[in-house]
Amino acid sequence: MKKILGITGLLVAVFVFTAALEPNFLTAYNLQNTLRWTALFGIISIGAAFVIITGGIDLSTGSVVGLIGVLLPMLLVGQGWSIPLALAAVVVVSLILGLLHGVLVTKVNLQPFVVTLCGLLFYRGIARWITGDATQGFGTAFEGFRQLAIGRIPLTDSFGVPMPFVVLVVLAVLAGLFLNYTVWGRYMMALGHNEEAARFSGINTDRMVILAYVIGTVTAGIGGVLFALDVNSVQPAVHGNFYELYAIAAAVLGGCSLRGGEGSILGVVIGAAVLRVLYNAINILGIPTQLEFAIIGAVILLGVMADELVKRFVVARSAAREVV
Amino acid sequence: MLRLFRSGKPVEVRPIQNPKSKIQNRLLLAAEHITKRFPGVVALRDVGLDLGQGEVLAVIGENGAGKSTLMKILAGVQPPDAGAILLDGEEVVITSPRHAADLGIALIHQELNLLPNLSVGANIFLGREPQRAGWMQQRQIFADSEKILARVGLDFSPNLLVQRLSIGHRQLVEIARALSAEARVLIMDEPTSSLSTGEAEVLFGVIDDLRGRGVSIIYVSHRLREVETLADRVVVLRDGENAGELARDQITHDAMVQRMVGRDVSQFYVRTPHEVGAEVLAVQDLISPAWPDHPLTFSLRAGEIVGVAGLVGAGRTELLRVLFGIDRALGGRIAVGGEAVTLKSPRDAIAAGLALVPEDRKQQGLVLDLAVRQNLTLAGVWRHRLAGGWLNRKQEAEDTARMIDTLAIKTPTETQAVRLLSGGNQQKVVLGKWLSLKPRILLMDEPTRGIDIGAKQEIYRMMETLARDGIAILFVSSELEEILGMSDRVLVMHDGYITGELARDALSEEAVMHLATGRVDDFGF
Repeated sequence: MKKILGITGLLVAVFVFTAALEPNFLTAYNLQNTLRWTALFGIISIGAAFVIITGGIDLSTGSVVGLIGVLLPMLLVGQGWSIPLALAAVVVVSLILGLLHGVLVTKVNLQPFVVTLCGLLFYRGIARWITGDATQGFGTAFEGFRQLAIGRIPLTDSFGVPMPFVVLVVLAVLAGLFLNYTVWGRYMMALGHNEEAARFSGINTDRMVILAYVIGTVTAGIGGVLFALDVNSVQPAVHGNFYELYAIAAAVLGGCSLRGGEGSILGVVIGAAVLRVLYNAINILGIPTQLEFAIIGAVILLGVMADELVKRFVVARSAAREVV
Repeated sequence: MLRLFRSGKPVEVRPIQNPKSKIQNRLLLAAEHITKRFPGVVALRDVGLDLGQGEVLAVIGENGAGKSTLMKILAGVQPPDAGAILLDGEEVVITSPRHAADLGIALIHQELNLLPNLSVGANIFLGREPQRAGWMQQRQIFADSEKILARVGLDFSPNLLVQRLSIGHRQLVEIARALSAEARVLIMDEPTSSLSTGEAEVLFGVIDDLRGRGVSIIYVSHRLREVETLADRVVVLRDGENAGELARDQITHDAMVQRMVGRDVSQFYVRTPHEVGAEVLAVQDLISPAWPDHPLTFSLRAGEIVGVAGLVGAGRTELLRVLFGIDRALGGRIAVGGEAVTLKSPRDAIAAGLALVPEDRKQQGLVLDLAVRQNLTLAGVWRHRLAGGWLNRKQEAEDTARMIDTLAIKTPTETQAVRLLSGGNQQKVVLGKWLSLKPRILLMDEPTRGIDIGAKQEIYRMMETLARDGIAILFVSSELEEILGMSDRVLVMHDGYITGELARDALSEEAVMHLATGRVDDFGF
């Protein structure tokens, strides 16, 4: 709980700061939009967090979003598959990709960075090749299905909870329960801290690591479906570009250590929210959008530095208390 | 193997008749009132020592007595919390190992500190490379290295890569490096722990030679025989405090042990005779990947405590690793309770009723950043699994509380990170992790390494209790006293072989050492 205090503070600060400078930030339309994008990025960030908790990294997220993003309209529109069948197909594809990553990392003993970097390149290439770089979309069909991404549950006349946010809440609750209340979540945390000690305790560490990569790509796949439904015009070359970095940034902001073994799902979701609110603030405050990356980079750096300083302070204080 | 000596023949190692240096015994280095605390433990309390020029000062003490910490402070690796260091009578604040080296103090590490992918010469001059306008003077490095290597009795080319050297040679290269930096004080922390007898004797020759040249040496060791022959003076540490000092003519094995342990050794290891049960582990022609040509055969009976003695690198840890399924056996048969088992992973071993308290507690035994509770249930948590994989937190808490109580683990709360516990309590957590699984066979690798003397005794008592309850214990130890004190039976290993088996009534230090070192002419030079 203490850990997400800082990031929550940051979220509130950016929120209040922006709202104070630009009242339009608080319009129902804007908030609803920010919430929807927070949800979309939050979903893929949860997957990134699982991989990071086991001490790995997943750089393929954006390309998986891209690949699934073109596959779904191709199957639905091009091949005329039914919605459940197409959904099942893309989930199976993302699951297989995660399985592949996990097996390469654990059984072949390759470095996660390398495996998923190759994934990033490979899936992007495949997405462009199978579409011939042609933009994919659902056209005007599938309006009902697209409500999953663009719909909302109205609360007042002007404001409603976006559907992706509902998906995020469901996934986040499941992920949080898994991580904190199941045996496997315990195993993942333990092996993230110390893989050898976990293995020496009889834990099938390989299997848990593979599972983490599967969670990583399946959430990226779910994200890919929602992103595609949201934009309705998926450009194979750019759709999802850099999303892995947003996901990793959200996870790190939310308290995940790249050394593994640390992180909370709530923190990661709040981390994703910080990124989206910041992005929105840049737009709405009229800050030159060219500065977008610079500002986001600076805020992440400051956030992580502050976290590190706080941690050092806490350690120093507890050490001082230990003195006999 | 590389030739060790200039002529290809062993250097005569003179028996040291009068170890006192001819050079005036001028006070060179002094540490006064040094105190150092770590989370959960006071490593040093008001400790002092002084070192004369050209003196070999041995610092001895049990594991966890604070020897290594004191050496790290002298070498600038860690700052003391209180106290002063005086060099040539003037107080110095040593800020870093580099600073210590500039002052002429060099630490020869327990874990060697050379870069294996670089040449011997490059290692000797690392960080001090002679240069002209930024260009390294390779020829000068070569020539100077050759000269300095000769001083420690090595005659190979400085261009040789360090990774091709034996451990003993690497140690000598480290010493050469220190000498080339004009070290006046050499601190050697357990220098012989990984050396063969022959290599150790070469080292003793070099130490004697250096003493003659006025280099002062602090020699940390728990090998009392070495200390007896080498040291001009002995400083004893116990539980982080000074526990006496012995002048040259007072240095005897018994005097040292008595000060180290602080009590009569015979009462330290409490064994009461009890019935030994049926055979629970039968190992037939077992082959570990580390020693493919050396099949091992032995057995273990319920309620028996069997010690595995031998030098570092004799194959003891490798044996335990194979028995616990960490490394796959290349051949042979293992039977637990009469049933043949195949151990492909620690999971298999645990299922067969084995448990391992590993050598490296912090890396292999514990997840340091997790809480005491999570560590205690790490191996057995699957038994707390409800339908669907949910943790039964209530049962987990109960089990934890019981284990903390049974083992008398001192921790403020069960949610405390294990990192903050003392070594002894950490080891109890490792033990507790397994006890809740009720193993039939407990494997222990250096079970009391780095824990204080009180905790040691508690571990011994637990071993005794467990054996009484019918658990078979196979433990590896480098501490001969522990082997002699705790074992019903001892297996001695050397070079991957079990060179002998000693029943309790045939046990003696000499018998174990004889088997552990092999025959002297086995050392191949």
